[in-house]
Amino acid sequence: MQNVKIVVTGPFNAGKTQFIRSISEIDVVNTERKISSKAEMVKSQTTVAMDFGRITVDDELILYLFGTPGQRRFDFMWEILSEGMLGFVVMVDSTRPETFREARRILETFRAYAPTPYIVAANKQDLPDAWDLGDMRLALRLADDVHLLPCVSTDKETVKKVLITLLESILEMIG
Amino acid sequence: MALKGNLTDFPILQILNLVNLAQKTGTLVINHQDLVSLITFRNGKLTYAQYGGEDGSLVAVLYRAKKLTKNQAQLIHQKAAEISDKQLGLMLVNARYLSQAEILTCLQEYYLSIVKRFFAKAEGVFEFVADRMPPAVKITVKLDLENVIIEGTRQMRELEVLQEEIPSLEMAVKFKDRQGMDIRNLQLSVQEWQVVKYITPKNTIRQIARANHMNDLEIRRVIYTLLQAGIVEMVRVAGTPKIDLSTAIPNQTKKEQRSIINRLINRLKTA
Ligand SMILES: Nc1nc2c(ncn2[C@@H]2O[C@H](COP(=O)(O)OP(=O)(O)OP(=O)(O)O)[C@@H](O)[C@H]2O)c(=O)[nH]1
Ligand SMILES: [Mg+2]
Repeated sequence: MQNVKIVVTGPFNAGKTQFIRSISEIDVVNTERKISSKAEMVKSQTTVAMDFGRITVDDELILYLFGTPGQRRFDFMWEILSEGMLGFVVMVDSTRPETFREARRILETFRAYAPTPYIVAANKQDLPDAWDLGDMRLALRLADDVHLLPCVSTDKETVKKVLITLLESILEMIG
Repeated sequence: MALKGNLTDFPILQILNLVNLAQKTGTLVINHQDLVSLITFRNGKLTYAQYGGEDGSLVAVLYRAKKLTKNQAQLIHQKAAEISDKQLGLMLVNARYLSQAEILTCLQEYYLSIVKRFFAKAEGVFEFVADRMPPAVKITVKLDLENVIIEGTRQMRELEVLQEEIPSLEMAVKFKDRQGMDIRNLQLSVQEWQVVKYITPKNTIRQIARANHMNDLEIRRVIYTLLQAGIVEMVRVAGTPKIDLSTAIPNQTKKEQRSIINRLINRLKTA
């Protein structure tokens, strides 16, 4: 039996839980809690430990998706989650440039741990205030060879596309 | 699509960084404290700026720069109020009173001073309106943004922000290959030049710091300045493997690893 895992990370409220929920075959075991701090009162619930999704390939192979909590005080979970991952997805809310610095921080932190493949998903592209991809690439300081894909977490097809593109880039790297 | 946000969380220097790298043309409209200010760019260069309701007419700018006396300024106001900036500029040049270069320098400094007013922790919301240009009667300039960004970023003293931007000193930096960028035109400090000398994907940021006897804060500030000005980008140190699947898929040959990834892809395609 082979278990592999992909980590879904990104700033607070980027759409990580929704991303996993859209593709997981089991109900996402999440750990949502009521938000306490006023500063982050964008919504009433946030993830406090991790989201957890599963996609069974066959009797031999299962893909697990782990979503990191978005709030800073749970940073310690990153290193734990990143152990043994196949790759990671950085979700960014395209409508909230004020979170781009945090996205850069997450990206650079994960990138420094290990040579793990990653992909950046420009989420909430369905909203009118969404930045376009070219501007986001520059603002997030992504080199030309980093994959940046448009995403709408509630739309399963775009979620699939993000994951497949990540896996394809892993194939390329294996050579 | 939208290019808008809040200056508190997406500061002016990051906007300049974006405009510079994308070589954008258009006007940055900033709403702040009941004022509307405009900063215009052409192909990523500063061309024009207007601060709130401030008098930015050529007369006012030249007067404040002490190129016109109070009497001269008043006279122009009274007798030639309807003359456009471009016409007035031409008349002053033709009268051999000021050279074209002097006029442009004054305007350039004025526009730049407006941009700088937003350097310090500024509040307000911004929106970039592509292709919007100032009225044709206004005199425009053409100023590279790199040095403006360097000057602004250098003032950054917040260790917390610097640590966020450069979380790991084990990364390396390399020069971005950008057309038309000549590093010799950059107004760098001695310390910044010292760092530039060591920039190659082979050196970690920490090694560069050691070679220059710089502490964490100092090296982060210099690297961040160079990042923000679009001169370098962060990379993994040369020679580190492109991929390491030994903990993700242990005890497997490359062929088996490929097979696993292919099965995942096929499964997702039918999901
Ligand atoms: N319009 C739109 N809304 C989205 C999209 N993705 C997520 N959302 C909404 O954005 C909000 C945040 O989504 P979550 O999935 O909870 O985000 P998260 O990243 O898990 O948040 P934390 O765990 O608190 O960091 C929810 O209200 C979602 O319904 C999207 O692609 N488009
Ligand atoms: Mg969540």
